[in-house]
Amino acid sequence: MNAYLDHAATTPMLPAALAAMAEQLAIVGNPSSLHRTGRAARRVVEESRERIARAVGARPSEVVFTSGGTESDNLALKGTYWARRDADPARRRLLVSTAEHHAVLDCVEFLVEHEGATVTWLECDADGVIDPETVRAAIETDRGSVALVSVMWANNEVGTVADITAIAAVTREYGIPFHTDAVQAAGHVPVDFAASGADLMAITAHKLGGPVGVGALVARREAKMVPLVHGGGQERQVRSGTLDTAGIAAFSVALAECVAGLDDEMARLVALRDDLIDRAMALSPDIRPSGFWQRGDGTRRLPGNAHLIVPGCDGDSLLYLLDAAGISCSTGSACQAGVPRPSHVLLALGVSESDARGALRLTLGHTSTASDVDAVITALPAAIDRARRAREIA
Amino acid sequence: MRVVAAMSGGVDSAVAAARMLDAGHEVVGVHLALSQSAATLRESARGCCTIEDAGDARRVADRLGIPFYVWDMAARFKRDVVDDFTREYAAGRTPNPCLRCNEKIKFAALLDKALALGFDAVATGHYAQIVEGADGRRELHRAVDMAKDQSYVLGVLDEDQLARSFFPLGDTIKPRIREEAAARGFYVASKPDSHDICFIADGDTKGWLTRKLGAAPGEIVDSDGAVLGQHEGAFAYTVGQRRGLALSRPAADGQPRYVVEVRPESNQVVVGTADLLGVNAITGDHARWCGPAPTGSVRVGVQVRAHGEEFPATAWSVDDRLEVRLDARIRGVAPGQSVVLYDGSRVMGSATISVSRLERATTTTTITTTTTTDAV
Repeated sequence: MNAYLDHAATTPMLPAALAAMAEQLAIVGNPSSLHRTGRAARRVVEESRERIARAVGARPSEVVFTSGGTESDNLALKGTYWARRDADPARRRLLVSTAEHHAVLDCVEFLVEHEGATVTWLECDADGVIDPETVRAAIETDRGSVALVSVMWANNEVGTVADITAIAAVTREYGIPFHTDAVQAAGHVPVDFAASGADLMAITAHKLGGPVGVGALVARREAKMVPLVHGGGQERQVRSGTLDTAGIAAFSVALAECVAGLDDEMARLVALRDDLIDRAMALSPDIRPSGFWQRGDGTRRLPGNAHLIVPGCDGDSLLYLLDAAGISCSTGSACQAGVPRPSHVLLALGVSESDARGALRLTLGHTSTASDVDAVITALPAAIDRARRAREIA
Repeated sequence: MRVVAAMSGGVDSAVAAARMLDAGHEVVGVHLALSQSAATLRESARGCCTIEDAGDARRVADRLGIPFYVWDMAARFKRDVVDDFTREYAAGRTPNPCLRCNEKIKFAALLDKALALGFDAVATGHYAQIVEGADGRRELHRAVDMAKDQSYVLGVLDEDQLARSFFPLGDTIKPRIREEAAARGFYVASKPDSHDICFIADGDTKGWLTRKLGAAPGEIVDSDGAVLGQHEGAFAYTVGQRRGLALSRPAADGQPRYVVEVRPESNQVVVGTADLLGVNAITGDHARWCGPAPTGSVRVGVQVRAHGEEFPATAWSVDDRLEVRLDARIRGVAPGQSVVLYDGSRVMGSATISVSRLERATTTTTITTTTTTDAV
């Protein structure tokens, strides 16, 4: 018996998406070919593009397919920075929130180290929220120097949902490109690209029931980017490479299904999440959810996100003990093979380094049920007890 | 039992983990992140450990189908092993960091954390054997493969630690272990053995110490105080060392010169002829017993450095102190190294050598150890 509570890492494919993918995998066809097989593939790609555009409030021409969220963030950050700098050498300053995913943070680091960029970090509050006035103040220090602003739509660790529309309203006033990493948001909370006012938005398939390896950068037609991947000129000349017809078809089916059932699924997950957080807090008085949390709310914190701070524990000990008990979850900091470090997101929220070590990210998704919550609540007390003893030693 | 297999990423610990699994235990692989150095173990950007060894260990764990974790013990390792190593050299002694690591990290910090998490024991790829004695006690013995035997660096383990330890490789010779690794499809089967001190990546201990302690030029003298040469830091010399002395004056008698003493307080290295190295009495402190401490004096075999020979002796202990009287003189006894006592193949215990000397009363022939102490 295994309870999967790591949907923010990746979520099982939706059956309809799997079927759409298998159907396309069985057929030959390069969407760039001119013959009938190519045309058939192209039709699938373009209908998928339209489906995705509809689901996120964008125009089809604004959807640029990529290999996933990381590539989309890279294209948005690097591509826009280079284009802005080339047009005006003074525009080298990046305004980025401290709680971003590494796909954004490491682009910033690269641009600063190798491409002459500077960065102004946008500090969030204890809930993980960026005040639009913080963005304005950062721009105002030297408005002519800003290359772009990047603030994520929903945080991958603590699930805080940003007020993207309010931030975009500020960047619009100054005509500064605004990118948002919506990898955790799309398909999970209402996302309307056009209404938000953002210029660029990263999304990916595997967080919402599609396959790993396909995503998109939703980019306004006027957004200028230097391509990162050169070649056959696909995707508005900004992202070359043969299009993944099967993956794209599955992506669109998954996203459309998520959006069609969004209200019901949000309500269902909010109820499970609140139950999980309430029962976890009842286990020990010092356990608390990190970031913003309000019972019944699914718009300011991701409905499926139950990120907990368990003081006195090391997250990796909890992870092992829960894994041994048949519970798959994460500490939140996606560290592949390494030494666990306190999460930069929690530190950005002002959580102490000691408490940040006890991070436990439990994330629910479309296959989650009340029995998953029961399983983790049953396993947690012994795990916490042992993890606390282990931390006292090491 | 639920067992943590300490997995370094090498072939030995890989086979050890596999054998524990075969024996029916529930096994979890753990790689210890021990380095403080950004270049080796920690990635600068987010503090990840990305060293190849951790990846090799993970590949083996994945192949065995066991969970795998990296435990960060760098702070403990620095405090208990690296700093101790530096301090010992600065004090003119020659420490064995592997032994200290076994005592303080692998069979202490790692074992304690494992026990707290609900494990029963730790398994490692050390070449040594645990044998259940007639009275049911677990005894530590030399490995079958004497060329690889690592019982010397395990001589610090007490009975409780041994009760929680497994050394699944002790009954097999190294070439068979490599064959077994290949047969199991481990990609590390042909990975070279590690020899050097793990935290000195380039193997240059002298250079490492000089960077840590700073160059401290001083004199190389003979036992009469005559200056024979210069050195860049007395800490880089080990008693018994012959190479790397670069004496400006050859000895009058034409005999080779060896380091016979390191004097940190005057920053002097004392050299002399081989006969000055012969000792037959050793005093050790920090005595540790792998089983019940012996009462009175006992006949033992002693080993005074890793992969060294064993010599017959008589030993007795007074509290934390160990006294050893050798049947014959031996050379290359360096303060800071451990003297490990054997009863046949059984490891009795150990102590850290503080003083060695020649007691004239029982002068006999000098036995030269076959391995010369290398320059550090």
